[in-house]
Amino acid sequence: MVSTGIRIGGLGGQGVILSGIILGKAASIFDGRNATLIQAFGPEARGSACSAQVTIADDPVAYPYVQNPDVLVVMSADAYTQFIPTLKPEGLLLYEEELVTPKDLPPGVKAYGIPATRIAEELGRRLVLNIVMVGFFAGVTGVVSLVAAEKALLSSVPKGTESLNLNAFRRGYEHGRSLVAAA
Amino acid sequence: MSESTLNDDLDLSGLPLVDNPVMPYLRQERIPHIWCPGCGIGTTVNCFTRALEEAAKDLDKVAIVSGIGCTGRVAGYLNLDSFHTTHGRAIPFATGLKLANPDLSVVVYSGDGDLFAIGGNHFMHAARRNMDILVVCVNNFTYGMTGGQVAPTTPIGATQTTMPFGNFENPASLPFLADAAGATFVARWTVFHVRQLTRCFKEALGKKGFRFIEIMAPCPTLFLRRNRLGDGVDMVRQYKERSVLRNGADTKEVAVGMEGDIVVGTFVDRERPTWLDAMNSHFSSVLGDRYRTYGG
Amino acid sequence: MTADPKGVLTGIHFLDGDHAACEGALAAGCRFVSGYPITPSTEVVERFAQRIPMVGGVFIQMEDELAASITMLGAVWGGKKVMTVTSGPGLSLMMEHLGLAYITEAPCVFIDVQRGGPSTGLPTLPAQADMMQVKWGSHGDYEIIALCPNSPQECFDLTIKAFNLSEQWRVPVFLMMDEVVGHMTERVVIPEASEIEITERRWTKKAPGDYRPFEACADGVPAMTKAGEGHRIHVTGLTHDERGWPALTPKSQDKLIRRLTNKIRDNADALTDIREEECEGADVIVVSYGITSRVASSAVLQARAQGLKVGHARLVVAWPFPTTRIAYLATQCRAMVVPELNLGQMVHEVSRAVAGSVPVLLVDHAGGTVHEPQVILDRILEAAR
Ligand SMILES: Cc1ncc(C[n+]2csc(CCOP(=O)(O)OP(=O)(O)O)c2C)c(N)n1
Ligand code: SF4
Ligand SMILES: [Mg+2]
Repeated sequence: MVSTGIRIGGLGGQGVILSGIILGKAASIFDGRNATLIQAFGPEARGSACSAQVTIADDPVAYPYVQNPDVLVVMSADAYTQFIPTLKPEGLLLYEEELVTPKDLPPGVKAYGIPATRIAEELGRRLVLNIVMVGFFAGVTGVVSLVAAEKALLSSVPKGTESLNLNAFRRGYEHGRSLVAAA
Repeated sequence: MSESTLNDDLDLSGLPLVDNPVMPYLRQERIPHIWCPGCGIGTTVNCFTRALEEAAKDLDKVAIVSGIGCTGRVAGYLNLDSFHTTHGRAIPFATGLKLANPDLSVVVYSGDGDLFAIGGNHFMHAARRNMDILVVCVNNFTYGMTGGQVAPTTPIGATQTTMPFGNFENPASLPFLADAAGATFVARWTVFHVRQLTRCFKEALGKKGFRFIEIMAPCPTLFLRRNRLGDGVDMVRQYKERSVLRNGADTKEVAVGMEGDIVVGTFVDRERPTWLDAMNSHFSSVLGDRYRTYGG
Repeated sequence: MTADPKGVLTGIHFLDGDHAACEGALAAGCRFVSGYPITPSTEVVERFAQRIPMVGGVFIQMEDELAASITMLGAVWGGKKVMTVTSGPGLSLMMEHLGLAYITEAPCVFIDVQRGGPSTGLPTLPAQADMMQVKWGSHGDYEIIALCPNSPQECFDLTIKAFNLSEQWRVPVFLMMDEVVGHMTERVVIPEASEIEITERRWTKKAPGDYRPFEACADGVPAMTKAGEGHRIHVTGLTHDERGWPALTPKSQDKLIRRLTNKIRDNADALTDIREEECEGADVIVVSYGITSRVASSAVLQARAQGLKVGHARLVVAWPFPTTRIAYLATQCRAMVVPELNLGQMVHEVSRAVAGSVPVLLVDHAGGTVHEPQVILDRILEAAR
């Protein structure tokens, strides 16, 4: 009865919600498991901060919110500050290393960074930063399978941008795999 | 007939409607009607049914929608598909009916309070959208059904139960509102002008878009009595004496008061695409083959 | 009768509850929606506006909820399957037309995506505090049917059920969503059109002279027509006779209002839809509905892990209230626990049904988020003592 709670935080316009959709789709449609995505709709969703909560589990998800995530994915300094206190003691932090400096990391938390913005820029579109992060998540955690994540990605991005997004995903994925292998 | 004394079993036989060539257009089993002797609403209904006949409309395809009020009872007496809705909401009901079945010719028939106080917002928006309906307002300058309270049309100085010392609120000029909101056809007549009104109904029934006809009509029981204006016949005489025909008049200049000219005629007659035509042509151009013209 | 494939987006999707409800409506044959934007329900009509030109039908955004709710009723008599969608303040404005829909027996669906109230309250946050308003908020005696989905999949499934019930009984049917269910995204499986059962409108076969639009068939429900068919119907919000004509006497009032009420009251048991789990011989039964049922099931699992015998009864149909079944369940347990996102609404119905035979404990919540499962668990433990 495995269940993984994920919180993704960043700024509006970074594609935080889309990242959550791709992960949720990958798990619930293509991996045959269950996923529930909750978008933070509070006043904060109207300003710059933005976050998504995804629960991925073998059984149907009962309680829909992720209060203490197993995995925290952050793409902005604010999101780091806001959500790091909620991360489980043995939790996993995945962060964009040019935007976030993980200060005062709680002991027991494992942290992996990725220069996702730079990778996205190398691919020619800064906008695919979120897709690099999704690939990174898949590479580090294995919570969603590579095949499922790629299918979910392809079914979620606009026509004509598939190969760009796939490249972004794979760069993130490889980066994640290599960090885990080195650890 | 005020709501408190309203009784469907009142014997009002012998009223003008009863032996009338328009009887086939009425639900005869529902006559006698509830309107008071001398009330102007019945006269407008006579003209309307005559117009239906002259326009040779397929009556199965004409639907009438009323709000609540003395005028709101018109729907119930006409032998058409008829809908007696809630106070102020005849226009949005008619909007749904028309859009769901565009083959229908949809007429809204209601009072000044219903259409312009509680329902004023809907009037403005249906006109702006150019919803393809004919809106008929019987303007008796008061809330008849509830016993003679101030209405958005009550002239300054007139006494009403809720303006016991005389009205000090500025009334609305209905043709001006309709024109400003975008109606394609705007006309005003009084119940003195039965021939002109019948012709006007007929003309409006043959047109498309948001069409508006204001009919000034006496409410002897409440408005006339309280303001010592005599009976229905006296008022019709006043209409005759005070009215001036001015087709194409600037609607800014047709407001009515307790005295002075009553400008009548067709003030606005223009063409604009209806809401449904606009939707169809817009979706066809934007969506191309993916869109099939909507017709009901 | 099965669904018209034009409206059915067959496949496996990842949708939020609002979008899923829209797909449910399209699958059910809804071809007319009039709405007015209000968080957290707006996504339902946004999707409908996007989809309907290709399916064939109309969406119109009206000037307010009074207009939206009665434009929908106009479209019923134009022959369409119809829906309107709102939340809190908009629901309050729709109350008058709920009554008109009821007394004119207009089949229609209202979706209420509940948010915190009263007034503007918490526009973007959940509550379940409209449960009594939909049942009692319009004036006069009336009955409705209300369904409570707890997932996007159920938003799809129960919207179809809502349309089917509204056609079968000719009553307004409410889909009582909440902000969490509306904005929660999960897998939604939309079957083939041929696998979706649709209840068609009960059109009259009678010719104009013979047809009485409000004459009930054996089940208490009259057959319908629409404007333009030559029946020359009269439809009024006044008390009316079988012809549809105003009939303003105590006798006609008694006849009409009892028939309308009994359509639902006499069939309350048949309409009951409770999903029960381990209720027979339980110590405590949790009675829940909507999003709270998911939170409650976390608490129930934890209680069972502590060795307690806890049943869970989830109301899929909240109105008509399943009095008979709840009274029976009370004979199976020593106490009932009712969590809801309000300060006590459906708990009163549960208490009424069990009539003092077992204690009924409310787990209230003012709204804005869901319960902590722990709070429900504590109450279960208290009830078990
Ligand atoms: C929501 C609501 N508010 C108030 C009323 C009471 N009411 C019935 S008719 C009416 C006014 C009618 O005036 P008008 O539209 O001018 O019609 P008339 O009777 O003069 O023809 C009012 C206020 C109502 N039926 N519904
Ligand atoms: S409008 Fe006046 S005169 Fe006419 S029926 Fe009503 S109360 Fe009587
Ligand atoms: Mg009036």
